[in-house]
Amino acid sequence: MNDLLLQYLPILIFLGIAIGLAAVILIASLVIVNQHPDAEKLDAYECGFPAFEDARIKFDVRFYLVAILFIIFDLEVAFLFPWAVSLGTIGLFGFWSMVLFLGILTIGFIYEWKKGALEWE
Amino acid sequence: MTQLAFPDLTLALPEIFLAAAAMVLLMLGVFSRESAAARTVSYASILVLLFTIVMVGLVTDGRAVTFGGTFIVDTFAVYMKALVLLSAAAAILMSREYLETNKIFRFEFPVLVVLAALGMLMMISANDLIALYLGIELQSLSLYVIASFQRDSSRSAEAGLKYFVLGALASGLLLYGMSLVYGFSGSTGFDALAKLFHGDAEHGVPLGVTIGIVFIIAGLAFKVSAVPFHMWTPDVYEGAPTPVTALFAVAPKIAAMALFIRIMVGPFGDLSDQWQQVIIFISVASMLLGAFAAINQTNIKRLMAYSSIGNMGYALIGLAAAGHSGDAEISASGVEGMLVYLAIYMFMNIGTFACILLMRRQGRHVEDISALAGLGKSNPALALALGIFMFSMAGIPPLAGFLGKLYVFQAAIRAELFTLAIIGVLASVVAAFYYLRIVKIMYFDAPEEEFDGPVSFEMKSILVVSSIFILFFILLPVPLLDSAAAATASLFN
Repeated sequence: MNDLLLQYLPILIFLGIAIGLAAVILIASLVIVNQHPDAEKLDAYECGFPAFEDARIKFDVRFYLVAILFIIFDLEVAFLFPWAVSLGTIGLFGFWSMVLFLGILTIGFIYEWKKGALEWE
Repeated sequence: MTQLAFPDLTLALPEIFLAAAAMVLLMLGVFSRESAAARTVSYASILVLLFTIVMVGLVTDGRAVTFGGTFIVDTFAVYMKALVLLSAAAAILMSREYLETNKIFRFEFPVLVVLAALGMLMMISANDLIALYLGIELQSLSLYVIASFQRDSSRSAEAGLKYFVLGALASGLLLYGMSLVYGFSGSTGFDALAKLFHGDAEHGVPLGVTIGIVFIIAGLAFKVSAVPFHMWTPDVYEGAPTPVTALFAVAPKIAAMALFIRIMVGPFGDLSDQWQQVIIFISVASMLLGAFAAINQTNIKRLMAYSSIGNMGYALIGLAAAGHSGDAEISASGVEGMLVYLAIYMFMNIGTFACILLMRRQGRHVEDISALAGLGKSNPALALALGIFMFSMAGIPPLAGFLGKLYVFQAAIRAELFTLAIIGVLASVVAAFYYLRIVKIMYFDAPEEEFDGPVSFEMKSILVVSSIFILFFILLPVPLLDSAAAATASLFN
């Protein structure tokens, strides 16, 4: 157990140094530097246009719908890659499992299409 | 390298059929005319669920595992699956009128119920921690959606969100417990875990396993809404559409209880010293909270929420008795009592919710208990049915609810858990107050306006079947008792 933990000692030391160094830099920049804040300096883009409005605005809910539909098929591809690479070892059972999975996704796709979820207007 | 072999699919045939049927139903709904879709899919899904019960009954062959030991089919699974499928079918049958009057009768509803039922079947047949988790998630995700099915009502949306957030928390607890058990034992399969822990009662198990078991209990206690993980229940029950509440009160609880029994007496059966105290505590706390918190309720759905918390407490008495170490016969009597209790609980709840769904005035559903005033005069048949269910819930003798309680208390006495049995009896005396108050309001209070008629054929048949079961169970208890005994036996060999 101790040998195992000892292997992690460098990480602990590294973590300590990182936290210490970050703290020193932050505190030094607060203490040593002359602070003269003004509205321009505190702006989001100091060297550009003044900000028009708050960044937190309402989005159309349809963006979320598209995002969710995208994620499903994005994940499908993420699943397909390891499946394609290991097709030789997983055999027929593995092959048909994925075909079944694709079939289920197709059912979902037909449903969302017929429901009109893919139409913007 | 060896290739993965095809697993034996015939054992999982009911589940495969249900999954395929859910997809066919979805396509049926989306391709048929909008006006007829919901009705067609509703009735088709009831047929599918009933047909699945038949398939579940046919597939059984003692005890068999497939999918590399992660999926188990035994008599216990058959018994529990039949209960779950029956209650899901009843919930769909009851839902039509309510959904129509509230203009939310869409074909997605029965499809989601079918998918939730599929998740529950997976839970009941799980023989591995990962399979268990997948089943729970399929069930929960479908239920989160139907909790907020009335999406333009803020209360329904709130119910769905609350259920989702707290359900996710419970899943987290469950997964954490599972990872601890896996980390300290090196296996997720129930059979392997049972072998590993066999005879470990004397020299103890690693602390991590104990903590893991406690976390798993916490996660499952959330799913059956046992105190102290009950806080979501009243709000979700009140906010969700009433047919959904009827489903919530029955099917997921039966499935989660099945899981509770399987995991506690299976892989952790020899570690009952570690978990029996925890189960006793949540059982006592649930019974007491269910008895006292329901007294002040004015909304009948909230009342039923507390009542179901209390009822889960009584069912858990059986599990506590099953934790009796040493004598397998006593443990078996605990599980058996629990199985009988759950079957009776299902009939009582479905009947009561059918009555609640008939509480309509001028085309709107009312949920105040005071709205029942004078029902004994304005609608004697409905009052009689609700009266039977209330007396049965209160545990008044010749009715089924009394026998259900009798069996779990008997098991507790046999396991020498006297305090638990006494607290149970006292809690059921307190709980009798609010059940009987409903009867009093119906028969002795000044009548209010009548409820809308006429009662549809579906509702009539549900009310008649469940009240006949409750009334005459005592005359013919043998079939249910025998199947419960067979189910228990398959778990204990």
